[in-house]
Amino acid sequence: MTRPDQTVIDEAAEEYVAFGGDWDEIAQEMTRRKEERVVVNMGPQHPSTHGVLRLVLELDGETVSETRPALGFLHTGIEKTMEYRTWVQGSALATRMDYVASIMNEAGYCFAVEKLAGITDRIPERAQVIRVLMMEMARISSHLVCVGSAGNELGGTTLMTIAFREREQVLRFFEMVTGQRMNNAYFRPGGVVQDLPPEALGWLKGVYKSMVRGMDDFDNMVMANPIWKARTAGIGNLSLAACMALGVTGPMLRAAGLPLDLRKDKPYCGYENYDFEVCTATTADVYGRYLVRSNEMRESMKIVAQCIDKLEAMGEGPVMIEDPAIAWPAKLEIGPDGQGQSYEHVKEIMATSMESLIHHFKLVTEGFRVPEGQAFHAIEHAKGVFGVHVVSDGGTRPYRVHMREPSYNNLQSMAALCNGGTISDVVVCLASIDPVMGGVDR
Amino acid sequence: MSINHPGDASQELVVGGPAAGAPEVIEVRHGAFGAHDTGDTSGFGGLTRLVQIAGSSPRPYGGWFDAVADILAEDLAEAGLDQAIEKVVVDRDELTLFIRRQDLVAVAQFLRDDQDLRFELSLGVNGVHYPGDRGREFHAVYHLMSVTHGRRIIRLEVTAPDEDPHVPSLVDLYPTQDWHERETYDMFGIIFDGHPDLTRILMPTDWIGHPQRKDYPLGGIDVRFKGASTPPPDLRRNYS
Repeated sequence: MTRPDQTVIDEAAEEYVAFGGDWDEIAQEMTRRKEERVVVNMGPQHPSTHGVLRLVLELDGETVSETRPALGFLHTGIEKTMEYRTWVQGSALATRMDYVASIMNEAGYCFAVEKLAGITDRIPERAQVIRVLMMEMARISSHLVCVGSAGNELGGTTLMTIAFREREQVLRFFEMVTGQRMNNAYFRPGGVVQDLPPEALGWLKGVYKSMVRGMDDFDNMVMANPIWKARTAGIGNLSLAACMALGVTGPMLRAAGLPLDLRKDKPYCGYENYDFEVCTATTADVYGRYLVRSNEMRESMKIVAQCIDKLEAMGEGPVMIEDPAIAWPAKLEIGPDGQGQSYEHVKEIMATSMESLIHHFKLVTEGFRVPEGQAFHAIEHAKGVFGVHVVSDGGTRPYRVHMREPSYNNLQSMAALCNGGTISDVVVCLASIDPVMGGVDR
Repeated sequence: MSINHPGDASQELVVGGPAAGAPEVIEVRHGAFGAHDTGDTSGFGGLTRLVQIAGSSPRPYGGWFDAVADILAEDLAEAGLDQAIEKVVVDRDELTLFIRRQDLVAVAQFLRDDQDLRFELSLGVNGVHYPGDRGREFHAVYHLMSVTHGRRIIRLEVTAPDEDPHVPSLVDLYPTQDWHERETYDMFGIIFDGHPDLTRILMPTDWIGHPQRKDYPLGGIDVRFKGASTPPPDLRRNYS
């Protein structure tokens, strides 16, 4: 409905387009004209948009009347590229999506490919436990980045340094195990690339207590902090019904009271063998989301401890499916130069067995075939339900891979969270979704 | 690994569901290396391989699949939509319902609202382009999860021809479909009728073409290294 005088006002209103320049002048001019409505472009380079997200905010004074997220700045065509690479190479692409929890992306991709290939039941036990360990470490890392950067955005740099200090331990562990801090490509269809190095578990046990203590520090400093509470409690409310309608999952949904956690509900990778709780809150606000994340990190630490026990109890064993048609024959081994392939294997293929060389060459360049059909596998990503839909035409490359990214989906709720609130809450709401644009745009 | 061939043409007709059918052949491939422009030096040029989409599965489907299929068939029969389900495929422990395009909204409504079905949570839509599936080139694939009934996941598949790539929108039923349908439109050019704001989401607004279609090239440049050059990935030999 337009008011009778609306058109007159609209015609009279001048449009300001600001490209840099002096905001003071614009603000003064607006005050003089008594114009309260202003459209602000937040991002794509704004530091608190968690990457390159552009938010178009329509403001009425201090109040946000409309929020429109614009995405695609980090779109790299990962799904398309996968169609031109082998099934194994897909893991190295998937890991680059949500780079804060990269292990989780690999996990979702590999589980879906394994389901499609029908080898889920043949993955060695040790590989599954290592996978759970790595996924939970990734969850801790992701949650720490989420809570830490949220603290930073609210002006508490110390909160970020505490969180990042503990995250550093996770990344050190990743580097020790996979050789890289992120973009690991450690999970492959059929298992994991290589076993844990001998010193890894001992090292992890050494830092375990200090990590838990770091989480306590964080809790003491944040969750009971009156300023933090004032900024987050009752802000960005998204009820359970709204979550279901918008398909919002993960900590946001659990903060609205629904204990939907696929690790418990549809266990994969042996999660049914671990003792942990699904964390929920009932406040459905930003505070509740951080409470859920904070508690989830401790539950993840519990799972990590169980993984360490299991791995130590089970001893040596294969970490890749024992199927020469899928598992790469080469073993990685640290040579005198600090990197390289197993000397024994190189000797075999270069000096002893022509057939081994051919097999190695064909498997690496051509890849293995996956029977035609389609499969969908959903895992509980740090951000929510991460579903991977893979389609095969019977070839050595995926016919189609689609990721149902939780960040992408959850970001849809921005308008529901922000509209009607104040502009100072926009950053708080966005941070509580915990979107990572690499995953959103893919 | 063995190739599953769900659906055997010799299976009998089943009451309350479509007949078990043979797989649908969408492409015939020759040779082992996908090389067509040069002479066959591999000796595998005589190989022939069929690319197929699974045919409908015979009853019983197993597990909760039968119950869901029966309840849905009952609802649809009451609404006079007996023909809404084109075929039912059970493969790799997953239930796929191929839905007639015009009945998608009605089927989704029953799946969401029937108290015995209750697939409340939509996990989005995904497009798949099968250029060889004549008259059904575009497949829109939906995954729905039931929170009430044990987190079951069901897959709906709807097809649309290349000349008329329209599929009804589910935004009214599942608001979460908003961005997912925009993405599928962006990537495949499938038009979701009834979507409130069907614009590009990941690609720039003035982009021409739909990148995930199979006839859309990957792009890329030669990689040069010491006098030799490697063609871009989409021009290299492939083994499919």
